[in-house]
Amino acid sequence: MRITNILICGIGGQGVLLFSDILGEVAMESGFLVKKSEVKGMAQRGGSVISHLRFGKEVYSPLIPLKEAHFLVSMEKVEALRYLDYLKDDGILITDDFYVPPLPVLIGETEFDFSIIDKNLKEKVKNLYYVPCQEMAKELGDVRVSNIILLGFLSNFLDFKLEDYFKVLERNIKKQYLEINKKAFLKGREFFSQ
Amino acid sequence: MAKALLSGNEAVARGAYEAGCQVACAYPGTPSTEILEEISKYKEIYCEWSVNEKVALEVALGASLTGARSLCAMKHVGLNVASDPLFSSAYIGVNGGFIIVTCDDPGMHSSQNEQDNRFYGLFAKIPVLCPSDSQEAKDLVIKAFEISEEFDIPVILRMTTRVSHCKSVVSLGERKEKGIKGYKKDVSKTNLLPQFAKRRHVLLEEKIERLKEYSNNFVYNRFEKRSDDLLVIADGVAYQYAKEVFKDASFLKLTMVYPFPDKLVTNICQNYKEIIVVEEVDPFIELMVKSLGFKVKGKDYLPKFDELNPDKLKVFIKRDTKEEAKTDNLPRRPPALCPGCPHIGTFYLLQKKDYIITGDIGCYTLGALAPHYAMDTCVCMGASITLACGIEKVNKRINDGRPIIAIIGDSTFFHMGLPGLLNMVYNKCDIILFILDNETTGMTGHQDHPGTGKTLTGEETKRILPEDIARACGVEQVYVLNPYKIKENKKIIDKLLKEKKQAVVVMREPCIFLKKREKPKEVDIELCTGCKLCIRLGCPAISYEDSKAKINKIFCVGCGMCIEVCPKGAIK
Repeated sequence: MRITNILICGIGGQGVLLFSDILGEVAMESGFLVKKSEVKGMAQRGGSVISHLRFGKEVYSPLIPLKEAHFLVSMEKVEALRYLDYLKDDGILITDDFYVPPLPVLIGETEFDFSIIDKNLKEKVKNLYYVPCQEMAKELGDVRVSNIILLGFLSNFLDFKLEDYFKVLERNIKKQYLEINKKAFLKGREFFSQ
Repeated sequence: MAKALLSGNEAVARGAYEAGCQVACAYPGTPSTEILEEISKYKEIYCEWSVNEKVALEVALGASLTGARSLCAMKHVGLNVASDPLFSSAYIGVNGGFIIVTCDDPGMHSSQNEQDNRFYGLFAKIPVLCPSDSQEAKDLVIKAFEISEEFDIPVILRMTTRVSHCKSVVSLGERKEKGIKGYKKDVSKTNLLPQFAKRRHVLLEEKIERLKEYSNNFVYNRFEKRSDDLLVIADGVAYQYAKEVFKDASFLKLTMVYPFPDKLVTNICQNYKEIIVVEEVDPFIELMVKSLGFKVKGKDYLPKFDELNPDKLKVFIKRDTKEEAKTDNLPRRPPALCPGCPHIGTFYLLQKKDYIITGDIGCYTLGALAPHYAMDTCVCMGASITLACGIEKVNKRINDGRPIIAIIGDSTFFHMGLPGLLNMVYNKCDIILFILDNETTGMTGHQDHPGTGKTLTGEETKRILPEDIARACGVEQVYVLNPYKIKENKKIIDKLLKEKKQAVVVMREPCIFLKKREKPKEVDIELCTGCKLCIRLGCPAISYEDSKAKINKIFCVGCGMCIEVCPKGAIK
């Protein structure tokens, strides 16, 4: 059986690691072997963050080879573009629809024309989905659940049971935040059919 | 059997629990930190944040001498700090099983070098086990305790970032209590006076010979026969990458890399014409295999720097695999100080000046980068103060009048700054020492230390303050400032920089992750003149759009530093 490769990226603090932790555990609950890799520490401080997630019957490398990701899931558009090399030619890119200028641009040390992002993404990716997770999270009243909205959207493409997602959410999220996270997951999941 | 998705570090903790470990010590350091954080969840194990790695190794060794199974964990460079007792511990041996976990960081995701700690095994004569995933990490902790007790020797468990921070499925077992044998006097074993140490060295060499036989028969040194032509030898996570790429090759997976299983390797290698060694960083296995007389392909193909990945291994199959990159010339997103980080307040006052600024290890090392450019050096834990001492002595002789500033964080100060402070006072160095006290060990994810008043398990303890230590050492000018009060601080700091006399300045304000956010600040665009003074703070919450400053409400924590620097009162 084939391996499924999912690369998740974003900016430190957006919840990339929680996203991949939850999805990894859901894959395990469904009987797959799972490998998940990420880096922490200084590399994470407001910087670009990625997590590699792979599951299947037999998985060796915790890192996804270039051009082998079935899904690239991004919480910010510049980062989506940064890691495009990992995506298979027929892979699916799901990204939030906003960008955060990196610090070198903010302080005027580097210039960058952000209008090229959408143009490039549309040119280079056949299967492209924009999901305004941060906007939807604001509607729910907590911007921090953007990552779970994105997970909910991705769940439409994966063969895992809804109850498994909820079981794992319950295990990983503090009680007082559980309800809003479940709502966020469903909001993302339903966005697909809109 | 119950199973869980565990990181390598969580699996080490689980292994320690199941093996009946009684004592665990560490100083936090990426990528090793989570080992002790996880162990602290098991009430059966005494655990502590020790003040540095040397202390951690010695506390764990002391516990082992009582007959308790014990463990210490550290990042690769931590083992340099702990190397003095490491070498002695090989001579002394153990009573209860004793494991030293070192987490190396190929790729330097959060480190100052890429040293390969497998060589410590060879150097200190201590067996080295290299797990390649979480299940092995757990199993090998249990095995390492057994080896340690059977051979009366410490055992090094060598992890790397991609083993420590990769999650995979692990089967969980029950804890098996081992009991505590109790401390027994045995001076000729535990006191390395020369006459005793000579005997201990002979014994150690004998143990290593016996361990070599053990390694030859060690089940985790595993031969996987598939091809008659190509043999791949690999250890650690490199084995996983190689399995991904060389699907039809035979594999010799090495797990105990020291003592090196020479007979096993010889027996297998002699049947193969083509041998590839895949390992990260240094050619450790390659050197060993070559010393047995075999030709191998290894570091003449693979880089000796940075971490490996499956793509890099493709050089063995096809040279020059570079494909055209799809990604454009994107602006980098380097790690940066967080919005509202109290360190920003210190660096704002020191930025872009012709001061000599020696730095240290922590989040604040980012002060070296744009926009502050306020840190010249980062060498190792504690080196800020001592490098400054050396610079000061020479600059006085050549009348270089630039102020000399040393910057160190609170946790780093307790770790290895104390000897530097003593040296600075004892040898009369006119250094302005900034201790950036954010009341935690920030970069590794907020661990307690002697200055927080809390232990690893959250117990209250004496809080030791850096300013009290400085005064006790005889420093005459000691200030404690709030880094957010930029205007007030400027007067004091400017005076110190002008006088250039010995001083200690503690900049105290908790890390933003340890306190409640205040209401985000806003820019009144009628009043903002676009002077960019607030941009110079380097706060990621502030940007410059349409010739005006703009504050990102999601990022802003409301610290108010921008209000301090705005000359027009445009921020509220």
